[in-house]
Parts: sequence; structure tokens; C-alpha cells
Amino acid sequence: MKFLKKIRVASAIFFFLPILLFFIDFTGKLPLQLHKFLSIQLIPALLSLNVFILIALVVLTLLFGRIYCSTICPLGVFQDIVSWKSRLFRKKSKQYRFVFLKPHNLIRYSILLVTVIVFICGSSSLILLLDPYSTFGRIVAQLIRPLFIMANNGLTDILGKMDNYTLYKVDQVGFVPVALGISIFFFVLVAVMSWFKGRLYCNTICPVGTALGFISKISIFHISIEESNCNRCGLCEKHCKSNCIDSDTKKVDDSRCVSCYNCISTCKKGGIKYHNRYKFKKAEAVIPTNNIDNGRRTFLLASGAVLSTVALANTKKLVSNNEAMLTRKPIMPPGAGNIEHFNKHCTGCQLCVTKCPMHVLKPAALQYGFSGITQPHLVFSTHTFCTYECEICTTVCPTSALRKLPIEEKKLTQIGVAKFRKSKCVVFTDEKDCGACSEHCPTQAVHMIPYKDGLTIPEVTENICIGCGACESICPARPYQAIYIEGNETQRLAKKPAEAKKFNKKIDSFGF
Amino acid sequence: MKRRDFFKSAAVVGLASVFKTNALGSVVSSNSLAVQSQPDLVAVMGGEPGVMLTRALKELGGIGHFVKKGQKVVIKPNIGWDRKPELAANTNPELVATLVKLCKSAGASEVVVFDNSCQDWKKCYSNSGIEKAVTDAGGKMVPANNESYYREVELPRGISLKKTKIHGALLDCDVWFNMPVLKHHGGAKNSISMKNLMGIVWDRGFFHSHDLHQSIADIATFHKSPALNIVDAYRIMKSNGPQGKSEADVVTLKSLIVSPDFVAADTAAMKLFSQVQPTDIKDVRHIGLAEKLRVGTQNLDKLNVKRIKL
Repeated sequence: MKFLKKIRVASAIFFFLPILLFFIDFTGKLPLQLHKFLSIQLIPALLSLNVFILIALVVLTLLFGRIYCSTICPLGVFQDIVSWKSRLFRKKSKQYRFVFLKPHNLIRYSILLVTVIVFICGSSSLILLLDPYSTFGRIVAQLIRPLFIMANNGLTDILGKMDNYTLYKVDQVGFVPVALGISIFFFVLVAVMSWFKGRLYCNTICPVGTALGFISKISIFHISIEESNCNRCGLCEKHCKSNCIDSDTKKVDDSRCVSCYNCISTCKKGGIKYHNRYKFKKAEAVIPTNNIDNGRRTFLLASGAVLSTVALANTKKLVSNNEAMLTRKPIMPPGAGNIEHFNKHCTGCQLCVTKCPMHVLKPAALQYGFSGITQPHLVFSTHTFCTYECEICTTVCPTSALRKLPIEEKKLTQIGVAKFRKSKCVVFTDEKDCGACSEHCPTQAVHMIPYKDGLTIPEVTENICIGCGACESICPARPYQAIYIEGNETQRLAKKPAEAKKFNKKIDSFGF
Repeated sequence: MKRRDFFKSAAVVGLASVFKTNALGSVVSSNSLAVQSQPDLVAVMGGEPGVMLTRALKELGGIGHFVKKGQKVVIKPNIGWDRKPELAANTNPELVATLVKLCKSAGASEVVVFDNSCQDWKKCYSNSGIEKAVTDAGGKMVPANNESYYREVELPRGISLKKTKIHGALLDCDVWFNMPVLKHHGGAKNSISMKNLMGIVWDRGFFHSHDLHQSIADIATFHKSPALNIVDAYRIMKSNGPQGKSEADVVTLKSLIVSPDFVAADTAAMKLFSQVQPTDIKDVRHIGLAEKLRVGTQNLDKLNVKRIKL
């Protein structure tokens, strides 16, 4: 049975490494298809109603327990890595230091229930904060990836001094304090909890872990202690990072076991079995009764606590977008559809932010209100706008917050509309030619019309404008651009720009 | 020749070559003995890009006249847009590749190509077809997407633009070629050889906020002028420039205009362009402004112009 742990570790690496590298990759060299590793994450699959994946995950858990938490979930593997590395900083005798802990049922059931209720009420604010995959994405995107970019840029400088242009500089996405704060908070929380207590975060705070715990309680295969072989040495308990093996009573809490198989590998007596719950113990097909009672009681207690809290709290506040706070409508990435759909489905995992080749997507602070912190929106600055021939964000989004758009549809998707303020335009203020906005406009929605003395001034044809922001990004009038994008709350299809008249005459002289 | 006159003309020629303006061209062209064989401007029509370039260079004394053994060469095409070659938003890749090969054959130690693109530079480099064409021909594409690649230079003759940051590869090379594509342009009216210089600088925003046309004329006074301006008019963009919307904006003229003189090259290109889309050259103000700064001449009649039809 010791091969089980090896399989678990190999699978964990198989899922974790591509996800980690995909988030870090700032060159766009890795294939976009890697996003499939993210579509199989539970919350993204739930939000995009990917029934096939959901059934597969439930069946997987019903068969083998919470193997999902040990292999597929990147935050789970991240906790294992922290816990594993913490051994390097301990005395040899204390390297395996875990002891059985009672489950924090009130906390974990409450968190799960509140998350579900708030979601049903129409806000994904808690899912956004607590989805383990998205938490991992934010940590990598905002804390780890910038370090790699810094290293790359430093190396580029050194190579550049030697006249070597193999590497090139990459801009940082830029830090948004509120979003960064959330990432740091969760990074510290997860790291500290796993450093000292293994999978405590996973088994106390993570709503996905708690939900899967319900299923793993009745999973077919489960870990149990074989009375006859066990000599109560307690090694399994010391190695159990989920703190769920009680070697005194010889009980294993299935709801917290993440099927890591460390106990099997460590037991010298063959006293740990991973076997079919229903085959060998037909008489006690279900878990000991007092366990259930306790669980049920706590669950009910938690429900009561949660329901009253929700009743007291004005859920409207959590749900509403708090429009008064917005100075200007936020601009959603293409494929977002409308703002309600987008806010409800986006978990702020930062995947689109890290994949956007133009770095125009940034995590929002309060532009979408409290519930939309870290959800992406477009921020235009010099050279930074939504490039015409690109639909990467719609391709990689694992939660269906952004619908996959074929490139021809994306080129017509109006995410906002350009607004022209003549009073700020250099053609008006300086009476000099400029035209930077029109030059950058891919549809020529912004075009130049005669002004005076041979000068031309921009004009916007709104129904062919797609709101890419090229005009705003390049407008030289600063700090208040003469042309800017007003975001669409509901994205529309713009009209196809009319083609120019073809020139068919034959030219066969130089003209000079 | 009196000794005094000799010194005078030597001083003039010397000064002119220090500034490397085309004052040299006009000084020399007034001397009918030396020039007859060396045209000031070559226009070719009716061939494939590579063929036309090879022919034009032959008229100008061959590539060896411009590139010496062991020299570092820079070619600056227009790679501003994420557009395929058929849309004529960027310089023709075959034209760029031919020049890379010619420079290599003349013994250039390195041929470097870059542009400060307007859109995602990696996609511009690849979708323009230029990256592959250059690499296959033995040249090197270098990035231009970060301010750290650029160094500040003074433009003492500039009126609006007195100093600007220019790409280090260009500052450090021995010889460079300016290789624009002939296009309509929403802001500058037309984009030809002088407008193409906005891709060697970092801060284009300054140009737009400080009299675009004057700034373009000013950058053309940069002391390290290109050995040649090679204007790609194989396909031109007649409307909706500089990006273009579709192939309806494109006209295939199968032409090429080559001159060391910015103003002459742009003037000739405008005359070619006006046959397709009538445009008053006075509206392309930077051409006149550059002439005022003595960057070159609009008077093609004064120049030795060679017209070749293939």
C-alpha cells in the first residue's frame, strides 16, 4: 500500500507545477491550453456550471475521499509544501510533530453556510475571498510572479550591457494596495497555519474542503486503523498533517482526511488500511453513531448562528455594487456580458490579469464595490490598452465570468465607448495637429475631420467604437485626456466598420 | 583654384560632413564633375521588393558603398502594428530581408532590426512577418519596449524637440538604414521616412503634445542620419492609416523610392501617393518644416533623379 503516497505526490506535482508556471509565465511562451488545469478546479467548475467536471469531482471524492485537496487543489499542495519545508527548520525529533486535534466544526460549518447563503443572495464576495484556487492565483500573481519579473529585468540589464538582447524587459502589472493587502493576508494566514498545523486552514476555513468533507465521510475507500496490527506507537498521528488520526481511540476523522497516505507509508506494522468501507465492515457500514450526532448538532448550531447573522446583516449591502462610490464606470474585460453576471462569476483569481499581453487588466480596488475587490478591470495608460487582435482573457477564464469569444466577435464587442472632450484636445488648445487617438483606433471610430486652417480634429462614431482604449492610452493631453472610455455595464456588439472604397486604377508613372 | 578658395570649400565640405546633412548633397551636386554617376534619388517601379532594392542600390554604387566589412548595421523598418503584410501597415518583410542579406554579404558583423511598436510589440514583430524574415536572413531582432534601451541625445537644431531618447542600438551602430512604408496617416497626414523616425525614440507622446509636425521635422535633424531612406511603396495604404481597416485600404504600386535625403524622399513619395489619393503636400507640414531646417530639399528638379521601370 506504500505506493499510494508516491502516486499522490506524483499527481500533486502533475497538477501543481503547470498551474504555478502558468501563473508565473510572463513571456506568453507556455501554451494557453494549460488553462484546462484551472477549469477542473471545483469553484470554477461550479460557477461555469460544468456538470461533467462537477460529477467527476464528486465521484472522485466518493471513491477515494478528499484526494482533490491533496492533488488538484494548488492551495492544498502549497500548504503541503510549506508544511514539508518547515521540517528543515525543526530539530530532528520534532520534525513529525502533529497531534490529533478536535475539528473546529462551528467555524468550518459557519463559513461554508455563510458562503453558500451569500452566494444564493447574489454575491460571490465570499467565494471570491475563500475559493482556494483563486487565493492561490492571487498569491502567485501578486507576490511570487513580480519577483520573477524583477529577476528577468535585472538579468536583461546585465545582458544588455554585454550587447546581448536574448531576454527582454517585461512590465510589472502594477500593485493595487487593496488587492495586494488581501493576497498578503491570505498568504500569511495559509503559510502560518500550515507551517505549524499542516492542513488546519484546509480543514477549518476553506469552504471547499468542508464541503468535500461531507462527501468523504461516506467515501468508498477510506483510511482506518487495523486493531489487530496496531501497537499504539502513535507514528501515524505524528505524521498526519490533517490532525485527524486519534491513535488513542484508533479513530480517523474521515471528513478531515485529505487522502495523503502519509500514515500508510509511515506505519511499520501495517496497521493502517485504505480499504472499502462497505465491504469489510458490513455490520457498521456507517461511521460510529456518536460521531454523527456531534457533527449534526454542530451543523445545526452553525446553521442557526449563520441564519440569524444573515437575517441581522443587511445582505443588500453585500450584494449592491455601491454605485455612488464610482467616479466613472469600470470597464470590464471583453466577454463579461453584463456587470451582474461578471461580478457574480468572477473569483478574482488573476489568471486573465497575468495572461493579458498588454497589461491593461488590473485587479480592481473598489471600482466594483466591496464584493468585487481583485476582479479585473481595464486601466489605460501610455502603450497600455486592449489590443485588437487578442482574446486571451476570454480563452483562459476558468469560471465563465468571461465568455469565450471567437476573435471576430471580440473585435466587435463593445466594452465601452470613447468620449471626446474638445476643450482638452491639443488641436483645440494649441491649434496644432495631433491625431494620436485616431492613429491608434483600430476601427476608425475615432477619425479626423477638418477643423480650421488645414488642421483636423477627432470625431467619434460611437456605434463602431469597441472601447479598446487605444485612443485614451495615447492621448497626449495629461493628466486629463481629451478622449476617454466610459465602460459599458452591458457589453454590446458594435457595428462592423465600413470598408474604404477600393482603388482599382492602374498607376504606371512615378508622378514626379 | 586659389589656396583661399580651396580652404573655403574644404571647410564647407568638412562642416557639412560633420553635420551629415544633405547640404553635402547640394554642395556636391553643384559640382558637375563629381556627381554624374551618383544619383540623389532612385525610384524603381514594376518589380518584386527584393529585386527593386537590389537594382536601386546598384545605381547608388552598390551596398559596399554604404556598408564596410565588420560594421554594425541597424535597419529601422515600420513594425508599428499587429497586422499581416498584405495590409501594408508595416514595411514589406521581403524588402527588409533583402537588405539584411545585402548588408551581410557586404561583410556587416551584425544587422540589427527594431521598432518601437504602437501595439503589443511581440505580436507586431511576428505578425508583420518581419521577425521571421530578418532572422532567416541572418539578422537580429532586438526589443524596443522599455525605456532602459534608450539614451538621451541633444537636437541642437530642433525647434520644438530639443532633446529626446533614442534606442541604444541605433546610437551604437556604424551605419543605419531608414525603411518606412508609404501610408496615409490620420495625425501626420502621411507617414513616410521622417514620420518613421518616431519609432527610434522612446517618448512619442511629447511629439503629439508639442506640435507634431515640428517635432517630426526636428527629429530629422538628428546628427546621425541614415545612410539611405528606403521608402517601401510595393503596397501602400491609401486610407484609414496608419493601421488600415482592410485590404480595401491597400493599393499595390510595386514601387520603391531610395534617397539619402529625407525631404526629397518624402516629396517624391507624396507625388507617387497623390496619384492614388490626391493630397496637398503642404498639409504634410513636417516636409516643409524639415526643408526650412535644411534637412533636405523638396525641389526634385535640382536633384539627380534616376527613374527605373522594370
